[in-house]
Amino acid sequence: MSIGHTLLGLLESGPRHGYDLKRAFDEKFGHDRPLHYGQVYSTMSRLLKNGLVEVDGIEAGGGPERKRYAITEAGITDVERWLATPEKPEPYLQSTLYTKVVLALLTRRDAGDILDTQRSEHLRSMRILTDRKRKGDLADQLICDHALFHLEADLRWLELTAARLDKLREAVTR
Amino acid sequence: MTHPAGSLLIAQDLRKTYGPTTALDGAEFSIHPGEVVAVMGPSGSGKSTLLHCLAGIVTPDSGSITYNGREVTSMSDSERSALRRSEFGFVFQFGQLVPELTCVENVALPLRLNGSSRKAAERTALGWMERLEVDDLRKKRPGEVSGGQGQRVAVARALVTDPRVLFADEPTGALDSLNGERVMELLTEAARSTNAAVVLVTHEARVAAYSDREIVVRDGRSRDMERVV
Amino acid sequence: MSVRQWSRDLAMGTRFAFAGGREGWTRALLTAVGVGLGVALLLLTTAIPNALAERDRREEARSDHTFSQQEIPKADDTLLVVDADTTYRDQDVRGRLLEPDGPKAPRPPGVAAFPADGEMVVSPALKELLASDDGKLLRERLPYRISGTIGEQGLVGSQELAFFAGGKGLEQRLEGPASGARIDSFGNDDLGSSDPWDPVLLLLVLVVFVVLLMPVAVFIAAAVRFGGERRDRRLAALRLVGSDSRMTRRIAAGEALAGSVLGLVLGTGFFLLGRQLGASAEVFHVSVFPSYLNPSPLLAALVAVAVPTAAVLVTLFALRGVVIEPLGVVRTAKPARRRLWWRLLLPLGGLAMLYPMIGQGRDQGDFNQYLVVGGVMLLLVGVTALLPWVVETVVARLGSGGVAWQLAVRRLQLSSGAAARMVNGIAVAVAGAIALQMLFAGVEGDYTASSRYDVSRAQMSVEVPEGARTAATIGEYRDTEGVRKVTALSDVYLGDRRDEPDSFAQITVADCASLREVATLPSCRDGDVFAVKGSQYDSESDHLAKPGTTLWADAGDTARSGDREVSWTVPKDIRQAQPREDPTGNERGGILLTPGALPGSLKAHLSTQLFLSLDLSKADAYDHVRNTAARLDPTSQPMTWNSIERNDRYATIRTGLSVGAACVLALIGASLLVSQLEQLRERRKLLSALIAFGTRRRTLSLSVLWQTAIPIGLGLLLAATVGMALGAVLLRMTNMKIRVDWPSVLSMTGIGAAVVLVVTLLSLPPLLKLMRPDGLRTE
Repeated sequence: MSIGHTLLGLLESGPRHGYDLKRAFDEKFGHDRPLHYGQVYSTMSRLLKNGLVEVDGIEAGGGPERKRYAITEAGITDVERWLATPEKPEPYLQSTLYTKVVLALLTRRDAGDILDTQRSEHLRSMRILTDRKRKGDLADQLICDHALFHLEADLRWLELTAARLDKLREAVTR
Repeated sequence: MTHPAGSLLIAQDLRKTYGPTTALDGAEFSIHPGEVVAVMGPSGSGKSTLLHCLAGIVTPDSGSITYNGREVTSMSDSERSALRRSEFGFVFQFGQLVPELTCVENVALPLRLNGSSRKAAERTALGWMERLEVDDLRKKRPGEVSGGQGQRVAVARALVTDPRVLFADEPTGALDSLNGERVMELLTEAARSTNAAVVLVTHEARVAAYSDREIVVRDGRSRDMERVV
Repeated sequence: MSVRQWSRDLAMGTRFAFAGGREGWTRALLTAVGVGLGVALLLLTTAIPNALAERDRREEARSDHTFSQQEIPKADDTLLVVDADTTYRDQDVRGRLLEPDGPKAPRPPGVAAFPADGEMVVSPALKELLASDDGKLLRERLPYRISGTIGEQGLVGSQELAFFAGGKGLEQRLEGPASGARIDSFGNDDLGSSDPWDPVLLLLVLVVFVVLLMPVAVFIAAAVRFGGERRDRRLAALRLVGSDSRMTRRIAAGEALAGSVLGLVLGTGFFLLGRQLGASAEVFHVSVFPSYLNPSPLLAALVAVAVPTAAVLVTLFALRGVVIEPLGVVRTAKPARRRLWWRLLLPLGGLAMLYPMIGQGRDQGDFNQYLVVGGVMLLLVGVTALLPWVVETVVARLGSGGVAWQLAVRRLQLSSGAAARMVNGIAVAVAGAIALQMLFAGVEGDYTASSRYDVSRAQMSVEVPEGARTAATIGEYRDTEGVRKVTALSDVYLGDRRDEPDSFAQITVADCASLREVATLPSCRDGDVFAVKGSQYDSESDHLAKPGTTLWADAGDTARSGDREVSWTVPKDIRQAQPREDPTGNERGGILLTPGALPGSLKAHLSTQLFLSLDLSKADAYDHVRNTAARLDPTSQPMTWNSIERNDRYATIRTGLSVGAACVLALIGASLLVSQLEQLRERRKLLSALIAFGTRRRTLSLSVLWQTAIPIGLGLLLAATVGMALGAVLLRMTNMKIRVDWPSVLSMTGIGAAVVLVVTLLSLPPLLKLMRPDGLRTE
């Protein structure tokens, strides 16, 4: 999961302090793994360096957590591209997908598109596997089936999420 | 949306309502000969209606459907029936085999409807049953065979007229995964060997994985994933 | 097994019958309507004897004919009644002219006050007819002012046409040909003790009842099985949640019970409704008042108990070959082949019961009613038992054909039982009707006098009484619309002696043209006289027709002492003529006179009969003649000639049969339609799939037609066979020659086939609707 893109996405709704960013991240995505301040600090300075965010203002007292960051045009484009790029189908990528969906909802992008794109990517992998299975021997078939079932599980999750998008939107934008 | 040249069946801006419910709301579709296209989407999204429209079973409220350069929506009912008889094949989830006829008679039925003699029709039918590995069931009635076998008989029946387009609506919906896969394998193989296009309505990814590409129908609107990405 | 267990399961089934959502309701309602129609017909049948008895009672109560020889002297409590019956189109109108002799004169039932001279009271139906355009001609015939209506008490049916008109000077009419009397009360008890029924007629009545009621029973049995396939699924679901096999059967029986009980309720409703409707209808000239149609309580109670019981038993019987498993109802893939032997036992048993009575005829006294009823019933039940076997056996051998044929035959092969069940009712009805028609055709000779009237020469005849102004009367008829020719024959009988003559000669007076209607003349001029030689019916007059013989009029009738003696001498130039049948079928003998040869003194003694030849292409020719007759004399009754005259009671039974058969076939047709539609609905998805892959609608429609036509064809064939066998036995029983009445066999089977055709046609629109692709929508 890309913390940089996530923080960028969170900034899309308005400039925030480093501390706010950490809190927002933890609340929406960091259920069991809260961010360290250090992570926020290092990520933000990388983004700053790449010109994806700019410092909007500094409060008295200094320190990295006192800086207010705002997203730049380049930053928005970067988020956009990240969201539109399907993830490589592999096991256990729900957390990334989830983050993307929530970010899309938060930034009022079409979350359905993300899911459709991802399904398409999954199906592409599944087609390759299916094809291999058809041509392969029993061992091939069993190996491919294992991967296929995992991918199918992802796809089921995608369908389920797609069906619940409205509810999710309500929950995250509340 | 533009459709690539050489498409066999093209639908544009299809709209269809059943009473208060909108089944199709500007759906698009196109398929090449020999292509397998999966139509996916949640239940009630309108994918079956899209299939029925494409196959000339249902007339859309508006929009156009061209098959091989001919406008399907302006055909008379009997013309569309003839088209379905000779150019299209169908596999559904349920209720398609006539329970009173034996399996081979069921498979021969479309040929008989086209006017073939009983003997010739049943000979051809048996050939297809062999290809789908159900020739041993020829004398049985649909009630006496398993779901997977029945579905293979149905596929044989759909292919027996050498259709240009095969419409399959949840063809494995009632089968377990092993049987479902076997049916899909045989179906796509047979279709490819005859260069038939397959319109495959399904909500199962593993079934859709037998397709060349998929389109997604949501709230009556279609989305062609290949061209979006 | 405890009664409680039974009742609990039945009650649960009852709940299921209504709790199944819309589908359950529809099914229960269909069953109920089917059973209801049957029950209504049963109730109606049980009410018919009562209705007929009530009609008889009222007919007696208003009777105004005295059968005693004694004349009642005129008093202030007597009434003069003269018949003025007439016929309008093909409807009889009961008419009476009334003249009370005093204030205490008896009033006819249903009449509140005597109509004054020139007025009349009429039945409601007649009032309506007179007021309508249809009644224009009749209004001319009854020139009286309507002063009131006849109440129900005075009528035997709601649609009866009747009037009482006030008259004056009716006493004179009693002298004439009019029928009438002076009476001091209405009603005649003597009529009550009518002759006991002829055993053959009784046999006919019994058979009619059995023949009509059997199909109804078969029909009810079929009705409780409506919606079988869906019920199977529900029963399987019950098994899944843990009810055992026997419980499930009882629950199924409970469902049927619920339907049949609801059917009883509906049936009572239909019956009451039909009773009201019946009052406004007239079937074969018989109408009744609703109050007549009261089923006898015992029979009604029997119906109320028997129908639900039968429903339960039929269901249990129907489920005997079915294994209800939790995952579905299993009918073993190859059901046991239907065995023939026990099915043959039923009709053979029926024949055995009838056999002992063969040759008894009507002279041997009564038939054993129980054996008759039992035998006929067994034979007819035999049809329902044999038909499934026949259908199965034949259908299994049916070969190839088109797609429609293949679809139909295969379906029949798989469920021949259901197909046979559908047509059982019609087969039984047709078999019974054929047997009856044969019996009727056989009996017809005995009970129908084929009249000798030659209706090609004349279609009506009118009497002109003695002394009337004959020439003027003839003119009146000649001028009547629709009359083509009037043949007027006057006659008088002359005796060989002045007093107490031994023999009489019939003297016929007519013009040449009319005389040629009764004899073949060598030539004819006015003034000629002929003697008819060699007449079949007249041997006496030969010797009287010798020239010079003097004959005497009214000789021997000493009562007319006031008349002058009239005699006539046979002239020398009398010529011979050959006899010829006159329009009434008689060959007359005697002497023929042209008017020029008639002495004036004889004129007053002539009575004249007019034979009218009508232009039948003119509508209402008959009624124009009747109008003329009524204008000349309101009590005259012109005769309309038919080639056949029937015994009245025989006609009543035949009427009953026709009415009943019509009802039964309509009922069965309705049930056929219902079950047809239900089958179609159950196959909706399949039909849609067949349409999807391009099946022509014509093919499917045709397969539906075959599907009904094949079992019906077999059913009618079997019905014709059994019907003719039964008919033959019944004819032998009445000692008559066995003769197959082919027209009636063909017409009965034709009617059965027509019912099927109509049903198929009616089920086509819903079929076409079902074949719309909407059926493919699964979500």
